Amino acid sequence: MPLNQDFVGRSFVSPVPYQVGREHIRQFARAIGDDNPLYHDVEAAKAAGYPDLVAPPTFLIVANPGTLGLPTDDPALGLDYSLVVHGEQRFSLLRPLVAGDELVTTSTLTNIRTVGTNEVLVTTYRYDTTSGEEIAVGTCTLVSRGSAGPRE
Amino acid sequence: MTATIAYDDVEVGTELPERLFPLRRVDLVRYAGASTDFNPIHWNERAAVEAGLPGVIAHGMLTMATAVRLVTDWLGDPGALVEYGVKFSAPVVVPDGDEPAVVSVRGTVQKKLEDNQVVVNLTARCQGAKVLMAARATVRLP
Repeated sequence: MPLNQDFVGRSFVSPVPYQVGREHIRQFARAIGDDNPLYHDVEAAKAAGYPDLVAPPTFLIVANPGTLGLPTDDPALGLDYSLVVHGEQRFSLLRPLVAGDELVTTSTLTNIRTVGTNEVLVTTYRYDTTSGEEIAVGTCTLVSRGSAGPRE
Repeated sequence: MTATIAYDDVEVGTELPERLFPLRRVDLVRYAGASTDFNPIHWNERAAVEAGLPGVIAHGMLTMATAVRLVTDWLGDPGALVEYGVKFSAPVVVPDGDEPAVVSVRGTVQKKLEDNQVVVNLTARCQGAKVLMAARATVRLP
């Protein structure tokens, strides 16, 4: 069933600030198999000039409200998440995330278009700290496979 | 922090040598937990096949995180990264069993920009297929 175009243009904001935690950084770094000391060792991060552990660049994805920044559990959107594969992803960072940062993330569903039998969703992200510092922006393209239905 | 490589020492065309990253099912489960992306196509064969995929596939974000390690390990400082983008061009199918899927990643310095920034092109392949396209990381160097 096609996705609900009424969602295009809507923004989704973290209901509570996302707190970047040391243990979550370590857990995420282990999950990507990365033993960079700046992700694990507070003293190493401080020696390198950071206030606390540095988060891997793609850690930003976990700060999104919902899953990948979309209200995937809202039946009104009509997204069957098991049909979704990732198409593109991009981040631009003004500085790295560090443990202790509190983020307010805004994701905006900017477009849903049909490509063959698939639907392609484009979402943009903006990451700000609770004190108003802009940290990063991002763009995500998801492919909802087969949801456009057969072509007319 | 300062990266261990200086802008003036980087030449266009410099190769970041190939590295191989094995991925097993347990790695996908671990990444699902750490990233909170529990889409069943990343851990459940039945769900993956029902969704029309050849089998359980790795999270694109895991492949993306893996590929950029060529750059962050080269520099030492992940904070040097200012931009990173990829297109996911083929799925990384991760079989059940002892044999991992192996993602092979290479990098090449593509160009030097103003403001001490350098663009690195990354390629990532698995079983002969290009799993990332237009994978580019921009870093700012001392």
